[in-house]
Amino acid sequence: MSENETKRELLLPGDKIEEEGLKPGKGTFKKDGNIYAAKLGVKTVRKGYVNVAAQSGRYEPSEGDRVIGTVTDIDSSYWTVDVNAPSPAILHVNDVPWRVDYGDTASYINVGDALLVKITDVDEQNKMQITIDDEGLRKLDVGQIIEIPPSQVPRVIGRGGSMISMLKKYTGCKIFVGQNGRIWIDGELEGQSIAVKAIKMIEENAQALGLTEAIEGFLKEKTGKDFDE
Amino acid sequence: MASDKDMKLIEDGTRLDGRDFDELRDISIKAGVLKRADGSAYLEWGKNKIMAAVYGPREMHPRHAQETTKAVVRARYNMAAFSVPDRKRPGPDRRSIEISKLVSEALEKVVFTEKYPRSVIDVFVEVLQASAGTRCGGLTAASVALADAGIPMSDLVASCASGKIEGQVVLDLGKNEDNYGQADVPVGYIPRTGEICLLQMDGNLTEEEYEEAMDMTIDACKEIYEIQKEALKEKYSTELEEANLDEVIKEA
Amino acid sequence: MKEILSKITKDYLHRMVKEGKRIDDRDMLEYRDIEIKAGEIEPAEGSARVRLGDTDVYVGTKMEVGEPFPDTPNSGVLTTSAELIPMASPEYEAGPPGEDATELARVVDRGVREGDVVNTTELCIEEGEKVWVLFIDIHVLDYDGNLFDAAGMGVMAALLDSMVPASRFEEAEKEEDYPLPVDHVVVPATFTKIKDQILLDSQLEEEKIADARLTVSLNENDEIVAMQKGLRGVFDYESTKECIRKAKSICEQNRQKVLDAVGRENI
Repeated sequence: MSENETKRELLLPGDKIEEEGLKPGKGTFKKDGNIYAAKLGVKTVRKGYVNVAAQSGRYEPSEGDRVIGTVTDIDSSYWTVDVNAPSPAILHVNDVPWRVDYGDTASYINVGDALLVKITDVDEQNKMQITIDDEGLRKLDVGQIIEIPPSQVPRVIGRGGSMISMLKKYTGCKIFVGQNGRIWIDGELEGQSIAVKAIKMIEENAQALGLTEAIEGFLKEKTGKDFDE
Repeated sequence: MASDKDMKLIEDGTRLDGRDFDELRDISIKAGVLKRADGSAYLEWGKNKIMAAVYGPREMHPRHAQETTKAVVRARYNMAAFSVPDRKRPGPDRRSIEISKLVSEALEKVVFTEKYPRSVIDVFVEVLQASAGTRCGGLTAASVALADAGIPMSDLVASCASGKIEGQVVLDLGKNEDNYGQADVPVGYIPRTGEICLLQMDGNLTEEEYEEAMDMTIDACKEIYEIQKEALKEKYSTELEEANLDEVIKEA
Repeated sequence: MKEILSKITKDYLHRMVKEGKRIDDRDMLEYRDIEIKAGEIEPAEGSARVRLGDTDVYVGTKMEVGEPFPDTPNSGVLTTSAELIPMASPEYEAGPPGEDATELARVVDRGVREGDVVNTTELCIEEGEKVWVLFIDIHVLDYDGNLFDAAGMGVMAALLDSMVPASRFEEAEKEEDYPLPVDHVVVPATFTKIKDQILLDSQLEEEKIADARLTVSLNENDEIVAMQKGLRGVFDYESTKECIRKAKSICEQNRQKVLDAVGRENI
């Protein structure tokens, strides 16, 4: 999604998509030879498929996604983790970097803990497996978590990560944007607060032209830093 | 249908509120008005004021109500105590339970439920001010709330009623027409396919009158469909100009 | 379903409060934007919609003729109910009012009742036989914290907006509707204690980490007419006095907002 793209056609559920020779992709359905939008969203074309990128809605988990979860329940051999998806994810003791004895789960991870995890499997029943045993994955001990609509995640990250690196640079915070719309921010309180405000601005004006420049202007003003000089 | 004939509903060829026989009351819809809900819509239709909200897809509780192959669309229609002239006692009654069931079924038809096994998509319809046609208004608003919540759907559902007053088939009964008229036919309509996903009728109609009423309703549903789509476009198509962004920054 | 706030978010909120900061940059004793609109619901005798930040509450009153209680034969009857409908929060469930809804209704009710807001003697039609029954219904559509103050202001505005529907009831023995007799204007101010800080008008996240809550309802003479300490934490005696002192100017401002909403300068 380019920020310079001025014309972004909004499709509503049931809208017919007039595209010759394309296959129905994500967020679409085919009926009587025609392709229709199945969601409120923006049309994108990729590798012969026409998709509708959702503009709202809950997180739809997909294998390999890195997301931020909160532990909601604990059992003898697994934890239940809320990742903002239609159903909770299961973190099994085999998927943590420690050797956890049966019934000893609470010594490692507890209800209320925030985790940076990766989704390893989503089955047809919408049941999800996750792991915390991989590079960069961990329990989050400090900082804060905020939520944005998952559809806005690409905007906060920006083209080639431009937006997120700018946010980190100006605020001096560590920031991780989960694909599920949860964002972890850690750093000085002042920096965190500026980062949160900037992210809210992105969320509220995600479709705006010149968003990156506007956010940079905001960051310069609030932090008193200027990396252009 | 109460058939007290002591109220004059048509005078000199027009209805009490001055509408033509095939004319809708004013309808306005605003999408995305609540913070906590995943999707929402506020609708005013004549004197009806209705809020609809959607949560989900989320984990279905109680567990035994889960379906292993699809999501359940669970609508709950409720009237605020102060929404009607005689205070409505809080809590469900037979009427609201029936309407909730019909609205659930009507919406389930357009939702791609198979994408979310074991989940529930909760739809809440709250009638804040009632003035005839709240189930149609509720269904119309709920469709917009579902789309606002990003739920995958094959279409929106538009809903409207026609009826009969003083032997005349008319569109979209007002309050007195509903109370003193001879028939009422609420309909839920799927514009893309022309399918009917809600249909009730009470009163007395000939076959010809039924067809006349349905023709009027279907035309009206197409009109309502456009209002629904406008509400969603209004919320999502706003491409802010850079000038506006500057103002936003100043406020922050 | 109870939502679980992550520990680190709780820690962060605690750290902010400790430094005297709030997530939305407000001062400790500052309200979010308050918007009160009266008279939006026609079938109600009186109504108000209050938006306190993103909290959204409707209040409506309905009246009918009924019997007085035997121990107050010349006094009208007043009932306040609150519904925390599942539309308002993922944590609310359908069903009869639970303990939170009941506490909310009772705290607001106490302010109205003990503050003699409505002149119930004037609601007597025939001693021991017929009186006006006044129902106050609180309907929460969006819950983002501090329902007590939103509902309290909404109820006060709805009462000031109410007309006694005499024309609808033969038993009323009057032909024309007339304004509900209101003698006092009572509004609450709700303080939240988090660690050692006391803050006003807490929003949802702040409520989730709140140790204790104190609602103080004052009338236009700065008299205290109702109080309620809620949640498991405690206040020391000094801080309750401090809350009352602070409530005076706060309630004065909010009484003015209520009066403005119904287009009145004073009671």
